[in-house]
Amino acid sequence: MELKKRKKDFSGFISLGIVRLMFFFLAFILILLLGKIFIEGIGVISLEFLIDEPRNNMTEGGIGPAIFGTVAVTLFMVLFAVPLGVFSAIYLNEYAKDTFFTRIIRTSINNLAGVPSIVFGLFGLGFFILFVGKNLDEVFETGLLFGQPALLWASATLAVLVLPIVIVSTLEALNSVPKSHRDASYGLGATKWQTIKNVVVPQARPGILTGTILAISRGAGETAPILFLGAAFFLPNLPIADLCIGDYCIPMINPTEQFMYLAYHIFIMATQSSNPTETLPLQYGSTLVLIVLTFLLNITAIIFRYRFRKSLGRL
Amino acid sequence: MKETKISVKDLNLYYGEKQALRNITLDIPEKRVTAFIGPSGCGKSTFLRVLNRMNDLIDHVKIEGEVFIDGVNIYDKSLDVVNLRKNVGMVFQKSNLFPKTIYENIVYGPKINGIRDKKLLDEIVEKTLNQAAIWNEAKDRLNENALSLSGGQQQRLCIARALAVEPEIILMDEPASALDPLSTAKIEELIHDLKKQYTIVIVTHNMQQAARVSDQTAFFYLGELIEFDRTTKIFTNPSMKQTEDYVTGRFG
Repeated sequence: MELKKRKKDFSGFISLGIVRLMFFFLAFILILLLGKIFIEGIGVISLEFLIDEPRNNMTEGGIGPAIFGTVAVTLFMVLFAVPLGVFSAIYLNEYAKDTFFTRIIRTSINNLAGVPSIVFGLFGLGFFILFVGKNLDEVFETGLLFGQPALLWASATLAVLVLPIVIVSTLEALNSVPKSHRDASYGLGATKWQTIKNVVVPQARPGILTGTILAISRGAGETAPILFLGAAFFLPNLPIADLCIGDYCIPMINPTEQFMYLAYHIFIMATQSSNPTETLPLQYGSTLVLIVLTFLLNITAIIFRYRFRKSLGRL
Repeated sequence: MKETKISVKDLNLYYGEKQALRNITLDIPEKRVTAFIGPSGCGKSTFLRVLNRMNDLIDHVKIEGEVFIDGVNIYDKSLDVVNLRKNVGMVFQKSNLFPKTIYENIVYGPKINGIRDKKLLDEIVEKTLNQAAIWNEAKDRLNENALSLSGGQQQRLCIARALAVEPEIILMDEPASALDPLSTAKIEELIHDLKKQYTIVIVTHNMQQAARVSDQTAFFYLGELIEFDRTTKIFTNPSMKQTEDYVTGRFG
C-alpha cells in the first residue's frame, strides 16, 4: 500500500477566506450602524426625553406619546395576529387535506409576505376603515367612531402584514412534532383535538414564539402601512380613556383614538420638519429608543420561549 | 386452549393499489402471548395496527374483512375508535414518550379519559410503574423529564403508560429491537408477568425472543399468514416448508 502525502487544498482555503471576509464585512456594517446610532443618540436620552411630548416644532421635548403608541399598537397587533395565525396554521397542518385549493392557500400565504407594505396600508384603509368601520358605525349607530383612522385599525392591518410570518413559523413548528408522539397519544385513546391540544401544540410553542418575535420586530418598525391608519403627526394626548364598570374606573388604551408611532415620528422629523438639522439629535435618540424597545419586546418573547424549551427538556 | 379474545376473518388490506395483507384469518386467545414473525415488509406490523385501527390514521388505506374483539366487530361503522384504542393499548418500536415529566407521561391517558382526582392519579402512577417493574428506578424522579431515562427504562415507561388506561389487550411492535440485551431481558420478563392479566400480541424480528416469550406464533410472508400454531411447534416441527426455512435461518 502506498499512502499519499496530504495535498494543499487551495480551493478550500480560498472559499473559507471568502466566506470569512463576507462575515466580517457584515459584522462591520452592523457594528458601524448600531455604533453610530448609539453614539449619536445616547446624548439626548433622558427620563424627560422618554416621557415628554415633542415641543417647539419637534426640536425639543421628548417622544413619550410615540413610545406609548408603538407599544400599544404592537401589543394589539400580537393579540390579533398570534391567535389568528396559530389557529390557521393548526387547521392547515392538521386538518386540511392536501388538495389543489389548500396548496394555493399555502402558496398565497408565502407570497403575502412579499407584498409591499404600503399595499397593506391601502388595504387597511379600504377594508378596515371604509368597510368594516363604516358598517359598524351604521349598525350600532355610533356616529363616526369606528369609520376613521384609529389605533385598532392600524394594529389590525399590521396583524395582517405579519400574519404570514406567524403562520409559516407555526406550520414549521407543528410539522416538526414527531409522528411517533401523535401515535402515542392516539394509541392511548386520545381524540384528534386532544392530541393537538396536549401533545402537538405544547411542543410547537417555542416555534410559535419565534414567529411572534419576528412579527414584533417587523410590526414595530413599519411606517408605510400605518400612514393612513391613524398615525398622527403630532398628538400630545395619549390614546387613553377611562373604562368604567359602575363607579369603578380604570384607565385603558382607547383603540378608537389616533396615536403617535416611533417609526413614523422619525420619518416626520427627518422629512417634514421645518428644520431637519435641528431635529437630527432627536432623530438619533428616537431611533435608539425604537431599537431598544423592539429588543425589549423581543426579550419578553425570548424569555417565554426559553421557559417552554426548558420544560420540553430541549436545553 | 383459552378463550378467543381476538378473532380475525378474511382480512385484506390495501395501501392504495398495493395489497399488503391477504385473506388473514386467525384467532388470538385471551391472556396469552401471541408473536408475529416474518421478514421485513411481510405485513406483520401492518396487521398489528389493524387490531387497534391505527391504520385509520394513514391515508389511502382500505380494509376488507372482519375483526372481532370479545365478539364485537371493531370495523363496524358505529364503533367508537377512541374507545377501542383505550381497550387495546400499544407499545411502539422506539420509545415515544412525551417530552414531559415521568408523572405526566403516565397520567396522560387517564387524564384524557376524564380522571382529575389527584389521589387517584397518584395511585395509578404507582400501580402502573410497579406493574412495569420500573417503580424503584423512577419513584424519586417522577417530576423529572422522562427523556432523561435510559432507553430500556423509557421503553418500560411506555409500557407503564399503556397500562395506565387499563386496556385488556396490549399490542407491542418490536418493543425491544432498539435495546441492549439486558434491557431486552427485562422487557421479556415483564411480558411474562403481564400475560397473567393481559392479552399480548407482539411483533418481533428476533426469533429467539418469539420462542422465549410467546405461547403461539404466527408466521407471515408477503402479506399472507403462512402458519399459526403453538410456539414450540412452529420452532421445532413446523408444518410448512416456508416456516421451516425461515425459523432455521435459511432465508429472511
